[in-house]
Amino acid sequence: MNLALPILVPALPALGAAAGLATGKRFPGLARPLAVLPVAVSAVLAVVVAVQLGTGQSLDAATRLTPTGGPDISLALHLDGFSVLISLLVGLVATLVQIYSTAYLKDDPRYPSYAALVSLFTAAMFLVVYSGDLIVLLVGWEIMGICSYFLIGHHWETEDARSASLKAFLVTKLGDVPFVFGIFALGADAGSFRVTDVLAAATEGRLGHPTLIALLLLGGVAGKSAQFPLHTWLPDAMAGPTPVSALIHAATMVAAGIYLVARLMPVFLLSAAALVVLAVMAAVTMVGSALCALAQDDLKRVLAYSTVGQLGYMAGALASGDRDSAVFYLVGHGVFKALLFLTAGVVIHAAHTNSISAMSRMPGLRKRVPDAYWAMGIGLVALMGLPPFTGFFSKESVFTAAEHAAHGEALTRGVGPASAVPEAAGWIVLVTACLTALLTAAYSTRMWLVAFHGRAAGEPAAAEAAAAPAAGAPYSPEIDEADPATAEPAAMRWPLWVLAVPAMGFGLLGLRDDWLPSLLDGGSLRPTVTTSVLGTGLALAGILIAYAAWRTAGARQAARPAAEGAPADPGRLLLGPVYRFAQHGFGVDRLYSALFVRPTAAAARLVNFLDREVVETYVRGAGTGANALGWLVRRAQNGNAQAYLNALLAGAVLLAVLVAVGS
Amino acid sequence: MHLVYPAVLAALLFSVGVYGVLARRNVVLVLMSVELMLNAVNLNLVAFDAWLRDAVHAGQALTLFTITVAAAEIGLGLAIVLLVFRTRRTADVDRLTVLGDPSEAAPDAAAAEPEGQAA
Amino acid sequence: MSTLLAAAGSLEPASRSFLSPTGAEVVFLLVGLAVLGSAVVSVTTKQLVHAALWLVVALGGLAVEFLLLTAEFIAWVQVLIYLGSVVVLVLFGLMLTRAPIGRSPDADSGNRWAALLVALAAAGTLVTLVADAFRTSWIDLTAGGGSTRATGEYLFRHWVLPFEALSVLLLAALVGAIVLSRSTSGTLPRPRAGKLRAGKPVGRPGAPAAPAPSTAPTAPAQER
Repeated sequence: MNLALPILVPALPALGAAAGLATGKRFPGLARPLAVLPVAVSAVLAVVVAVQLGTGQSLDAATRLTPTGGPDISLALHLDGFSVLISLLVGLVATLVQIYSTAYLKDDPRYPSYAALVSLFTAAMFLVVYSGDLIVLLVGWEIMGICSYFLIGHHWETEDARSASLKAFLVTKLGDVPFVFGIFALGADAGSFRVTDVLAAATEGRLGHPTLIALLLLGGVAGKSAQFPLHTWLPDAMAGPTPVSALIHAATMVAAGIYLVARLMPVFLLSAAALVVLAVMAAVTMVGSALCALAQDDLKRVLAYSTVGQLGYMAGALASGDRDSAVFYLVGHGVFKALLFLTAGVVIHAAHTNSISAMSRMPGLRKRVPDAYWAMGIGLVALMGLPPFTGFFSKESVFTAAEHAAHGEALTRGVGPASAVPEAAGWIVLVTACLTALLTAAYSTRMWLVAFHGRAAGEPAAAEAAAAPAAGAPYSPEIDEADPATAEPAAMRWPLWVLAVPAMGFGLLGLRDDWLPSLLDGGSLRPTVTTSVLGTGLALAGILIAYAAWRTAGARQAARPAAEGAPADPGRLLLGPVYRFAQHGFGVDRLYSALFVRPTAAAARLVNFLDREVVETYVRGAGTGANALGWLVRRAQNGNAQAYLNALLAGAVLLAVLVAVGS
Repeated sequence: MHLVYPAVLAALLFSVGVYGVLARRNVVLVLMSVELMLNAVNLNLVAFDAWLRDAVHAGQALTLFTITVAAAEIGLGLAIVLLVFRTRRTADVDRLTVLGDPSEAAPDAAAAEPEGQAA
Repeated sequence: MSTLLAAAGSLEPASRSFLSPTGAEVVFLLVGLAVLGSAVVSVTTKQLVHAALWLVVALGGLAVEFLLLTAEFIAWVQVLIYLGSVVVLVLFGLMLTRAPIGRSPDADSGNRWAALLVALAAAGTLVTLVADAFRTSWIDLTAGGGSTRATGEYLFRHWVLPFEALSVLLLAALVGAIVLSRSTSGTLPRPRAGKLRAGKPVGRPGAPAAPAPSTAPTAPAQER
């Protein structure tokens, strides 16, 4: 194939970003074409590349970028099934997000820079996915981080956006520090930064410190893919515009960590300890985030915690040694989570609030946004994993992988020995994945019911005017600039349906071995009967529990006087005493604040104090000293001639004495 | 005569003159002390002239010249003192600090309108 | 006569020793003490006019010292110029600047302690140096070195040029003094005739003399 095509795929959005930034102020009319067209063309080119690559093949091309005195850095391309599959996802979601944004941010004065940054972000993700050199991958990784900072902080007029963007940046960078060292260690051990060389070194056993490398790399994965303990930035990042959340925090950036582990799977398979650590991280993340999602009042925060949990699923699949199922889940999740975020944007725009409890007091909401209502329904069913939607197949593949790993026969599909995956990892993942399936269904149902099917308990139906969020809710509504006249502008509507199709049908591609699996490592992605029954049963159980709790809570509230105010929340009922903790993320933020933020702030205050009182004192003292010296010297100029003469003669006498004594 | 006598006397007289120049407040008294110093120098000159038995009597000649210059000097000096007294109404050295640093100089006596009548 | 002389022995002093002073030295010492004493009083007394008068004593004593050092001409010039004109000028200066008669408490400025220190240091240094340097030097006092004739000879033979230059200096000083002491208003006041009391001759006993026109500058208001 012509190498120009895979090179153009990341290059076009980058050029579009540069052009957008350059012409944003002077030619605002060009902003929208420059936003949509390069990404759309790139998406098409990605499809062409995928078709031309075919199945079971990979493409490698490299040119040396710079010698370093150690392993060289080369500008390398490595295309295989994983790369093209994820690039398809990225192209599709990015194009739809750009189209959606043209309506969502219609009146935003900073739209050109926003669109340019989204294009740049897309280019960086393409770079990460196509890159065959670890340092170039790192470049794309970091560009995504900085674009994420800018995009989350798009509405920097609000305090929430500013602090959220900074928090996201710092937490992901905290994970990136060990990540960088891991890459360096990997390059040093393998003698090269090229992915092919590294993988060859791994399979041939030439890596000297696989556990260390794997653990260091896991730091970056935890940061980027929002796993415990570096997950705290994702819920707060919802302060950014909703299309940004759809692109970055559902489909692409958070998927980069999963992609990295999948790409470097041979390295991870060399270290059982790293796999167990990954399994534990995934387990804690899955269950914790699901419980938190059950307690959130903000629609986007529910989706954020849901993302964190679903990423935990993917991490769990990786910990069980099966990268095919992880990538399968990744693509499916990217599609339906993007769908969910985009529909959330429409709903929030129509309801003028993020709060589902406030939405529950607007009975006419679902009639105002019918497309979003149904699209969200499709997305939630896909999330819960009910057949035959995407989530079902991908979730079953994860269960299968975990079950096989638990029995010692991990589905590594030839990437490494099956015995490399410890059974403990498999069990941890299996148990928590089951629990999480239940909880996922519960919170999805809760969100759906509370937001769209709330009964205005005793209050008049004209509660849509009083759309203020519930007191004490830990968020603030984002600034929404879509056209206030229509509840569902056209450009915000049909991307939803475009995404709904793969949300429903993508999973079917895993059924036949010569469809999706041939693109990946081979082997089967078909669900087995036991896991299907288990998974579906758990999901249905979750739905029923949530529904029952909702009815009970509704009944209880109807029984109590209407002055209560708080709408029926099944989450409160289900979680009981844990509700308060779950609502605030189990206090992890508070812990970090006490452990890191407050000491750093105190140290900064100390430094400020020292600078002001100690260092400045010296500086001021220099001035004061000079002043004092001047005062002293001025005293000698008092104009009194006798004093001058005095000094003169005293000096003369002194000189005479010195001369006399000296000689 | 032992040379020490006139030499020491001259030295002591000179020091007394120095004290007077530096310690007296009235300008005229300062000028008087300057005369003392000059006389001490004269004494020294004469003594050394006698000791050296100079053929051209440089010491004595210089003494004569010193006396002349001192006379001229005191004449001019007193004229200046009179001028200062007329403009500043004071003959106080401590008050004549116009040339000092403005923040340090003591305020001198208010300069009254100059006298109209000459002595 | 010659036997008397021979019997008495030589009139020369036995040897030159510091501790057996000659008559000239004794006189020098005594007059020197007087000079020093009056100089000290002159610079420390609180009565300004007395200071001038004590200066007279000091300068006169110095004239005697000059005589003892065989410089007669200079001694008489000293009396003439210093005692005669310089001190008179000083007295005039004191009068014209309204020096207070009697004790004035602020005759010494604030610098006096520093001045004392410097003066003592200077005195100590100088005396030590001088005494140390000239411990073994003696002046041979032979009369005639300072006589008028000798003075005229050396002055107009070896020192003519400085002599003439000094006359120019004196002229310059004269002109300068006149210029400086001119009235600043620029115009000289018209000389006024004095007031005469008519009808009464001067000097008749019982008749008051005509009050001379006041020549002292009348200061309308004295600010102190």
